[in-house]
Amino acid sequence: MEALLAVLILLMIAGSIYTLHARDLLSAVIAYGITGFGLVICFLLLKAPDLAIAQIVVEIITLIIMIAVIRISTREDLTEGATIKVEGVRYVNLRSAVYFVTGLLFVLGFMYYFMKSTLNLDPFGEHSARMGQVYIEQGAELTGSANLVAGVLFDFRAYDTLGEATILITAVVGILTVLRLKGRK
Amino acid sequence: MILYFLCFVLFLVGLYGVITRRNVIKIVLGICIMEYSINLLFVLIGYVHDGVAPIIVKGSTETNFVDPLPQAMVLTVIVIGLATTAMLLAIAIRVYRKHETFDIREIKNLKG
Repeated sequence: MEALLAVLILLMIAGSIYTLHARDLLSAVIAYGITGFGLVICFLLLKAPDLAIAQIVVEIITLIIMIAVIRISTREDLTEGATIKVEGVRYVNLRSAVYFVTGLLFVLGFMYYFMKSTLNLDPFGEHSARMGQVYIEQGAELTGSANLVAGVLFDFRAYDTLGEATILITAVVGILTVLRLKGRK
Repeated sequence: MILYFLCFVLFLVGLYGVITRRNVIKIVLGICIMEYSINLLFVLIGYVHDGVAPIIVKGSTETNFVDPLPQAMVLTVIVIGLATTAMLLAIAIRVYRKHETFDIREIKNLKG
C-alpha cells in the first residue's frame, strides 16, 4: 500500500517536471493530466471516493479551459537554456544561475522547517481522529446521512460550504467582468 | 514519513515552476501543482491502516473508518481551486490580448 502510493507520487513528480520543461504549451497541459489523474488514483487508494469524483470532474474542466486558452493565443514556450552561445563560445546564462541559486536557498529553508514540523505528526496510517471521532460515532444519528463526508459538509460545517458557493459565484462574476471589457489599445 | 516527504517534493516542484518559468501559463500550472500536493498531504494525514471509506452500510458493524474531516475540507478546497484557476486563466488571456505575448518580462505594467 505504502509502496504503491510512493510509486504513484513519484510518477506525479515526473509528470510535473515534464510539464514545466515542455517545449510546447499543448504538451505541457496534456502532461499536467498525469499529475491530476495520478491524484485521482491516490484518492481512491486512500478510501476517499467523493474526493476522487470531484477531482476527476475538476481535472477535465481545467484541461478544457486551458486548451481553449491555448487555442486562441499561442503555443510557443519561452524557456531559456542554462547556457548562451555568443560567437561560438558557450557562456553560463547569468539569469538562470540566479534562478537556480534562489531556488536552492528556498528548497533548503523549506526542507528544514518541513522536517521540524513532520516530527509532530502521527506516522502514516496511525492517525487518531480527535475531532472526527464524534462525527464517526454520532454522525449518522445527528444528520441522517449514510455518507459521513456529506454529513460533515452539509450539516456540521454548512457555513463553510455556503462560503465556498459564495466564492464560486464571485469567481464567475469576476471572469465575466474581466472578459467582457473592451481593453484600451 | 516517506510519503509526506514525497508530497513535499511535489510541492517544491510546483514552487520551482512558479519561480523560474517566464510563461504565464506555466506559472498557473505550477500554482495548480502546489494545490494538488497540499490536498494529497491532508488526505494522507487522515488515513488509517485497513480503514474503510466513511460510508455507513446497513447491517455491517465496521467502525474502522478513515477520518472524514480532512476529506470534507479537501472537497471544499478542490472546488475553490477550480475557481481560482479559471480566474487566473481569464486574466492571462486579457494580458495576452493587450501585450500579444505570455512573457512576464515583456509585460511591464498591468495598468488597464
